[in-house]
Amino acid sequence: MQYILIVYLIVSFGIFILPGWLKKQKALLLTLVQLGAFIYFATRIPEITSMPSEQIFISWLPRLGLNLEFVLDGLSMVFALLVTGIGTLVFLYAKAYMKSYSGTDKFFFYLMLFSAAMLGLVLSANLIQLFIFWELTSFLSYFLISFYHEKESARKAAFQSLYITGFGGLSMLAGIVLLGSVIDSYALNDWIAGADALRESNLYLPGLLLILVGVLTKSAQFPFHFWLPGAMQAPAPVSSYLHSATMVKAGVFLLARLSPVLGGTPEWVYIISMVGVLTMLTGSYFAITQTDLKGILAYTTINALGVLVLLLGIDTKESIKAAMLFLFIHAFYKATLFMVAGLIEKKTGTRELSKLGGLIKYMPFTFVIALLALLSMAGLPPLLGFLGKELIYEAKVQSPGIASLVLVLGVISNVFMVAVSLFFARKVFLGKSPKYEKLPNERGLAFLIGPAVLALLSLVLGLSPDKLGTAIIKPALFVVSTEAVEVKLKIWHGFNQVFYLSLLTIVLGVGLFWAMLKKKKVLEIWRRVNDVVFSVQLEDVFAWVMDKFVVISKMKTKAVQHGYHRYYILTIFVFTTLLLWFQVFVTRSWDFGIAFSMKPFYISGLAVVIILAAAASTVSRSRIVTIIAMGVAGYGISLIFLYYSAIDLAITQILVETLTMVMFMAILQRLPRFAVLSSKRTRFRDFLIALGFGSVMTVLALKAVNVNLNPSISDFFIANSYDRAFGENVVNVILVDFRALDTLGEVTVLTIAALGVYLLLKTKKSKL
Amino acid sequence: MNSVILQIAAKYLKWLLIVFAVLALLRGHNNPGGGFIGGLMAGLAIVYRGFAYNAFQVKEELQDRPGYYIGGGLFAIFLSFLPSLFAGKTIMTGLWVKIPTPVGEGIKLGTPFLFDIGVFFAVIGVTLLFVFSLTQKQH
Repeated sequence: MQYILIVYLIVSFGIFILPGWLKKQKALLLTLVQLGAFIYFATRIPEITSMPSEQIFISWLPRLGLNLEFVLDGLSMVFALLVTGIGTLVFLYAKAYMKSYSGTDKFFFYLMLFSAAMLGLVLSANLIQLFIFWELTSFLSYFLISFYHEKESARKAAFQSLYITGFGGLSMLAGIVLLGSVIDSYALNDWIAGADALRESNLYLPGLLLILVGVLTKSAQFPFHFWLPGAMQAPAPVSSYLHSATMVKAGVFLLARLSPVLGGTPEWVYIISMVGVLTMLTGSYFAITQTDLKGILAYTTINALGVLVLLLGIDTKESIKAAMLFLFIHAFYKATLFMVAGLIEKKTGTRELSKLGGLIKYMPFTFVIALLALLSMAGLPPLLGFLGKELIYEAKVQSPGIASLVLVLGVISNVFMVAVSLFFARKVFLGKSPKYEKLPNERGLAFLIGPAVLALLSLVLGLSPDKLGTAIIKPALFVVSTEAVEVKLKIWHGFNQVFYLSLLTIVLGVGLFWAMLKKKKVLEIWRRVNDVVFSVQLEDVFAWVMDKFVVISKMKTKAVQHGYHRYYILTIFVFTTLLLWFQVFVTRSWDFGIAFSMKPFYISGLAVVIILAAAASTVSRSRIVTIIAMGVAGYGISLIFLYYSAIDLAITQILVETLTMVMFMAILQRLPRFAVLSSKRTRFRDFLIALGFGSVMTVLALKAVNVNLNPSISDFFIANSYDRAFGENVVNVILVDFRALDTLGEVTVLTIAALGVYLLLKTKKSKL
Repeated sequence: MNSVILQIAAKYLKWLLIVFAVLALLRGHNNPGGGFIGGLMAGLAIVYRGFAYNAFQVKEELQDRPGYYIGGGLFAIFLSFLPSLFAGKTIMTGLWVKIPTPVGEGIKLGTPFLFDIGVFFAVIGVTLLFVFSLTQKQH
C-alpha cells in the first residue's frame, strides 16, 4: 500500500525528466498510473468487509510519537477509490483540456503530487502524519488555483484559499497536539482506545474546536466558505478534482475518522450540525443567483459539503450511512458537471449563463451527460441522487433534538437545488442559442469519457445500488460507527414520510424553476435583495482583516526593528540587567557564601592592575591606549586562570585576546579621528547601563560559585574521562566527546559569525 | 608596515607556530591543547605572517581560501559522526580503534579525534576570514 504512494511520488517528479516522445503522452501515462492504483484498491475491496485489511507501521521518530502509520479500512477505502477513480477520469480529461496551455509539466506535477498527498491523507493512521499530508494538499491547491498566475484575480484567490486553509491547518495542529497530550500519543488506534478519556478530559472542548476550525476551513464551511468560489479561477480539471471531489472532502474525512473518538457528545452534535445546516443553506441560496457556470457549481458544492458535515454531526447510524452514500453521489455528479462546464467554456469561450443557450444542437452527448448529472444533483429518480436524498431526509427525520429545524431548512435548500439544477439545464442547453463566435462542437473523446463514465455510474448505481451498499458503504460505516450495520440500499422505500418530503421538494423546486424562468423579475429582485441584505461580503471582511494585519505588522516591525545596532545592544543589556536584578531581588539572594581569603601578593596585585586597566580603557582618549588597556585586562585574567591551574582556559584566553588585539589593530587605521560625538547625557546613560550590566554580571559570577545545580556532573566527567572516553584532559574530552553537540553548535556559530563579517565587509574582489 | 627583520622572522616563525599548533592538536586529548586552541594558534600564525607583509598579499598567496578551511573542517566533523551512525549507536558516540605498533602501547584513533581535527580547521578558517575581511583594501 505504501508503495503506491512511492510510485506516485516518483511519477510526479519524473514528469520533468521524461524523454521527449514520452513527455507528449504524460497525461496518458499519469492516467494509467491512477487507473492502476484504482484497480489495486478495487481488488482489495473484498478484504475490508469487517476489519482493516492492512496496517503499516514504519518507525520514524518514535520518541516524539511520530511514526509513519497507514491503514486501509472501510473509510480510507471509500476515499482512496474516489481519489484514484475520479483521478483517472480527471487526468484523462485534463489531457484534452490542457492541450493548448504551456507549463503543463508543472500542472501535471502539482496535480499528481496532490493525488499522492490526498491518498496519503486518507490512508494515514497517525494524526501528525495526517496533518502533514493535509497541509501538502493545501499548498498544492494554492499552486493549482494560481495556475493562470498572470491573472491577478487568480493569484488573489490562491492566496485567499491558502491563508484560510493554512490558518485552519495550524489551528488543527494545535488541536491535535492538545488532545494528543491527553493520552500521550498521536496514533489513531490509541486515540480510539482512549476515546472515553479524551471525551471526559478538560481539553476536549478546546481541542475539538481547534480541530473543527481546520475541518471547517478545508471543507469550505460557513463562515469560511467564500474561498471556494474564489478557487474557481483554477482550470476545470482542478475544480472538478480538488474543489469538488477530493480535497474539500478532507474535512469530511477527518470528521468521519474522528467520529468514533470525539463524536457522540452534545458539543459535537450541536456545533457540527449547526455549521452544516448553515453551510447547506448558504450554498444553495447563493447558487440560485449566480451567473457563472462554475460559480453555480461552487455554491452547490458548498451546499453538498454542508450536507455532509451536517450528516456527520447528527452522528447516527442512519446519518453516517447517508453521508457515505452522498460522498459518492456528489463526487459523481459534481465532477461530471465541472468537466462539462470546462468543456463548454473551451468550446464556446464563455461561462456566463446569459451568453449560453441551445447547446443541445451542437453538443448532444454533452447534454445527455449533463442532464443525468443535473438530475442526480436535483435528487430526481431514478438516479443515485434521489436515493441519497431519501436517505438524507430519513437521517434528518431521526436526528436527535434538532430534527424539525434541520428538516425545514433541508427541504428549503433542496428546493433551491432542484430549481438551480433545472435552471442550469434549461439555460445552457435548451432555448434560443445566441451568436457564438465559432460554432461549438464536442470533438475530443478524452473530453467526454470522464463525464460520461461518472454520469452513467450515477444512473446505473441508482438503479441497482445494492452492491455499492454492501461492498463499500457497509465496511466504511463499520469504521465510523464502530458497530456492524446492515446496509440495504433500494430506490423505492414505499409511501412514507420521507417520500412525501421528496415529493414536496420536487413540486416546490419545479415551481421555483418555473418562476425563475418565466418571471424574469424574480431573479432580479432576488439579486437586489441579496445586495442589500448581504452588502457586507465575507470576502471583503477577510480582505480588510488581512490588510489591517499587514499594516499593524509593519508598524510593529518599524518600532522594534529600527536598524540601529546600538539600540539593539542597549535593549538587550537593559532587559537582561532588569530581569536578572529582578530575580536577585525576588529570591533575596544576597548571601554569596564566599569565604574571602588572602591570596599571594602577585595575584591581588594582578587584580588591581586589571581593574585599573579596565578603568583606563573607558576614559582614555587615544584608541591605541584603550586597546592596550583592554589587552592588559584580558591577559591579566588569563594569568589568573593559570594561577588556578586552568591551563586550557588560560591558553584559549591568551589566544583569543591576541586575536582580538590583531583585529583591533587591523581596523584601527581605517577609523576616523577620535572625536566625542555623543552628548554628556548620552554618555551618562551609557555609563549607567554599563554599570548595571557589569554589576549584575559580577553578582552572577559570585553566585555561580556556590550554586551547584547538579554536583555530580563534573565528578562524572572526571571519573569517566579516561575510562570511557580514553582521554586524560577532561576539558578536551568534554569538548570533543561528552559535549560534542555543544562544540558543534559553537563551531557553527563561529562560522556564521565569520560569514556575517565577510558579507558585511565584502568587496567585489574578496573571495570566500 | 615594512620591516625586513619582521618579514624574515615571520617566514620561519610561521612554520614553527604551525608545528606547535599541530602539536597542541595532537596532544590535546591527554594534555592541555586540542582543536580549538590549535586552530587559533595556526590561524594566528598565518595572520602573523600576513601582518609582517600585508594581509591582502597573504591572501593572494594562499591558494586555499578561508572558506575551504571552514568547509573542510565542517566536513571532517560531519565525517566523524558517520561511524557511530553506521554502528547503530547514538549519533556522536565516540568510537575508538587501537592500532598496534611495534614499540609502545600502540596508537589509539577515534572519532573524537577526527571531530577535533574538524574543529581545528574550522577555527583556522574562521580566524582567517575575520582578519582578512577586516584588513582587505576598500575600494
